Amino acid sequence: MSETSRQHRARAEWPLWEVFVRSRRGLSHTHVGSVHAPDAALALRNARDLYTRRSEGVSLWVVPAEQITASSPDEKDPFFEPAADKAYRHPTFYEVPEGVRNL
Amino acid sequence: MSGTHDVPGGVPGGAPGGVPGDPHGGRDRPGHRAALALGDDALVLAQRLGEWAGHAPELEEDVALANIALDLLGQARTLLSLVDDEDKLAYLREEREFRNVQLVEQPNGDFAQTIIRQLYFSVYQELLYGQLAGCRPEDATPVAALAAKAVKETAYHRDHAEQWTLRLGDGTEESHRRAQRTVDGLWRYTGELFQPIEGLDIDWDNLRATWTTSVRAVLEQATLRVPEGSQGAVWAAGGGRQGVHTEPFGRLLAELQYLHRSHPEASW
Repeated sequence: MSETSRQHRARAEWPLWEVFVRSRRGLSHTHVGSVHAPDAALALRNARDLYTRRSEGVSLWVVPAEQITASSPDEKDPFFEPAADKAYRHPTFYEVPEGVRNL
Repeated sequence: MSGTHDVPGGVPGGAPGGVPGDPHGGRDRPGHRAALALGDDALVLAQRLGEWAGHAPELEEDVALANIALDLLGQARTLLSLVDDEDKLAYLREEREFRNVQLVEQPNGDFAQTIIRQLYFSVYQELLYGQLAGCRPEDATPVAALAAKAVKETAYHRDHAEQWTLRLGDGTEESHRRAQRTVDGLWRYTGELFQPIEGLDIDWDNLRATWTTSVRAVLEQATLRVPEGSQGAVWAAGGGRQGVHTEPFGRLLAELQYLHRSHPEASW
């Protein structure tokens, strides 16, 4: 995309923000979706309205979608397949102590 | 008004107050007059904000305004149920029987007009509910109980209005011009907010001073000019709290009440 058309798109439409919600203390933030907003403060508020209206969370992150570097589907095999046959990497040889949740 | 699952605390007919067999539904008691005034504010503004559904400038803002409308509708249901049957009050009263301030019935206009109306009203409502919620527990009325619960919702409404006022006022030349036009245009409806309401233990002078300070701070930060001149003198003779409403209110009411009046007792 040329710089001019990028600027044009920015004017025509608010940028996209990825939304992460922590559902309760002790858990990680989880990606739940995205919102459009003109800036970070309003992205947070839009995310609040769209993703926590049924008490889904206690904390919110918003991240500019363009700041996320994603792996490409073409790279799926070299990226992920080598891990498939290495069962010893899974912590299945330990006993989980009683009372440990969210492991 | 049934079938809205997002409404907090609004149990139809669940709250005490409406005395069975009382032809006036107890509406003449001071506590009930207060519940009616605050309930009508919330109901009418909810209806106005609901008009944005499907029409807001952005999908996200559509949801934000509808969320605020639902908060207000929930407050209205609780408050009106303190007085009488909520549906009867919402759908079957005539214009002159509504006790909301004229500010909340003003048309949505452009987005700036909706936002400045939200700013003026939500700052007022947050301060009012805050004072009511701060009373001693032994003095707590049902209205104060609702206020304590709703003040957090209202704080969010105020934040939403502030965020947008800053962006519209300090945005483009066009947004600044439109915001200033409505800051001036709606100013004359703000004096009525501080008319004492019988049955509410409120320091009205303090409320007005705090409101003015808060609104002034937001407007100045948004590079908007604070209107000068009196907000109140025009309204000394009466206004929405006495049942006198502006011309657009009739059309709002027609839309609000049409279905119920055409199909009495209709349900989902």
